[in-house]
Amino acid sequence: MNFLEHVAKARVLAPAGIPVPRAIHCVSAEDAAVAAAELGPCMVKAQVPTGKRGKAGGIRAARTPDEAREVAGAILGMVIDGHRVESVLLEERASIAREFYAAILTDPVSRTPLVLFSTEGGMDVEEVAATRPDALRRHRVDLDRGFDARAARALLDGLDLGPARERIEAILPALYRVGGSVDAELIEINPLALLEDGRVVALDCKLTLDDSAAFRNPDLAAEASPEPMTDLEREGAAQGLKFIQLDGNVGVLANGAGLTMTTMDVIGHCGGRPANFLEIGGEAYTKSEAALKLVLANPGVKSLVVNFCGAFARTDVMAEGVVTAWKRLDPDVPVFFSIHGTGEDEAVRLVREGLGVEPYDLMEDAVQAAVEAAR
Amino acid sequence: MTIYRQNARVLVQGLTGKQGSFWTEKMLGCGTQVVAGVNPKRAGEAHLGLPVYATAREAMVGTPFDWAVMFIPPAAAKAAAIDAIEAGTKTLVVLTEHIPMRDVLAIHHAARAHGTRIVGPNTAGVVTPGEGFVGIMPGHNPNIFQPGEIGVISRSGSLGTLVCLNLTRSGYGQSAFLGIGGDPMIGTTTRDALMVLDQDAHTRAVVLVGEIGGAMEEEAAEYAAGMSKPVVSFIAGRASPPGKTMGHAGAIVSGDRGSYAGKRAALEAAGIAVADTPNELPDLLHSALGQPAPRAAGLALHTGA
Repeated sequence: MNFLEHVAKARVLAPAGIPVPRAIHCVSAEDAAVAAAELGPCMVKAQVPTGKRGKAGGIRAARTPDEAREVAGAILGMVIDGHRVESVLLEERASIAREFYAAILTDPVSRTPLVLFSTEGGMDVEEVAATRPDALRRHRVDLDRGFDARAARALLDGLDLGPARERIEAILPALYRVGGSVDAELIEINPLALLEDGRVVALDCKLTLDDSAAFRNPDLAAEASPEPMTDLEREGAAQGLKFIQLDGNVGVLANGAGLTMTTMDVIGHCGGRPANFLEIGGEAYTKSEAALKLVLANPGVKSLVVNFCGAFARTDVMAEGVVTAWKRLDPDVPVFFSIHGTGEDEAVRLVREGLGVEPYDLMEDAVQAAVEAAR
Repeated sequence: MTIYRQNARVLVQGLTGKQGSFWTEKMLGCGTQVVAGVNPKRAGEAHLGLPVYATAREAMVGTPFDWAVMFIPPAAAKAAAIDAIEAGTKTLVVLTEHIPMRDVLAIHHAARAHGTRIVGPNTAGVVTPGEGFVGIMPGHNPNIFQPGEIGVISRSGSLGTLVCLNLTRSGYGQSAFLGIGGDPMIGTTTRDALMVLDQDAHTRAVVLVGEIGGAMEEEAAEYAAGMSKPVVSFIAGRASPPGKTMGHAGAIVSGDRGSYAGKRAALEAAGIAVADTPNELPDLLHSALGQPAPRAAGLALHTGA
């Protein structure tokens, strides 16, 4: 789950002792004018979960409350990278001397936390890695040792940080600690700025929390940005089903992420277009009735492939759910089954006797038939 | 120890639960040498005829084991994994999905310190047809798994099952199925699994079943380029939209990273034939091995499970 800049700064960075500019979060142009009166000359920053705000005109300066009202009025309601701007953050205007980059993430190769620091702030870190590798430092954290001020000193050794060195040596361990305490997948300060007045502050912050750890941080998780979802996707999420709506016309109901993706791939291979991703593997395999309703509620669906290959998921349990739901919904959509694995004899019998439909032996044949029926 | 051998003794953590019991019976029925279970609340009892211990460490003293497999929910997974690792299990199969990332890091850290092989998290387990299986795979279904000489690696349990079914029908039995897991940070990577099968005397060729996201197939391709055993592959996710997590936490394309095209190109550059559909894999194997399948399929359909 992702967080807006103002939440990341106020709820995570500031409590960890990492300095942030004075700021006020505003949901209207009028609020912005009041905030600017308190802050003085300021920046008005669109609060959207994307890094493309600046280029899109979502970050602008305002000297007076009147200007702040006008600028905030222009930014609120903008659509940036598909996200509508619902609020702005007004921040005191900072005179920047230098910009740095700091981040904590997890490294899938070493399977350790990774601390990244670069003297090239404001730039995308991948670009720095490609063009200025000497400016980028990385440290794979040994969990027994953690990442303290000494480790930070070693990481920063030899870099030209000017008067910011001491502050940065304190900020990096604080960032590491707070990233761990909130189960951050990524916590990135870009830029981490040295100001003309000598302060070092986080001017922007990108925060992604581990969805699987939300239960450990319920208060913070409640402030996450809502995922952009269609109504059907939201309905699926509410039922604990991972449903992704696509623009094709062949509905997909399969178990397991890999098999579901593959079913979509074979639909494409046969010249069709999948209408959704929806997997009912893992613990969700008992939810096939709810899943079927979801797939059929998608207005684009002209035919349906049900592809089960049971390992953990029992195909008889899934098939029973589908057959029951099908009889109740009585949809006017042709359906094509392929069923193998755990419980297949019973599953095939249920489909044959319950729906009068003969499952295809090969998944490719079921998909081919569904693609043709959708034409 | 990544390929299960029948002389290896297996501990089931969470033995007495619904899934633990169901799958332990299947494992035992398939020949897997399950020797004991763990449930702190039922220590001292017997379940399915097996002794139950409070911890893996106690089990190791009373009933030594080589492998451990976890039927444990996400919030308790870290403690259970570290218990098994510290008990001295050689291999630990982590079936659990949605373990917090920070806990996964701690598990891998402990495993490194103790030299434990981790399979998973979020794996369906491993199958050695004719010897047994560890996990939640239909290893007991003869329509799907038959002893043979093809090693199969898969991030996905369901897709891996389909691929083994296709192989078995075409007359290709399997030397080992290695389910490595759908998480982004797994203990046995595609490359690790490929090295295991490369060194396995019973394996003549490898089917590598990958999916979009991460860079594991690319890393495996580097290794495969130097292998003498043939490798063929299928990568799931060609039709998946970028920027969305496709069920598995590891299956996401961000920017150019983890894309289908990138993986396919890396595998093909290493001389690996990539199938458009799983059904093409037996034909690709046939070409790679330069001879037809060792025996005709001739298996009755819908008779197993």
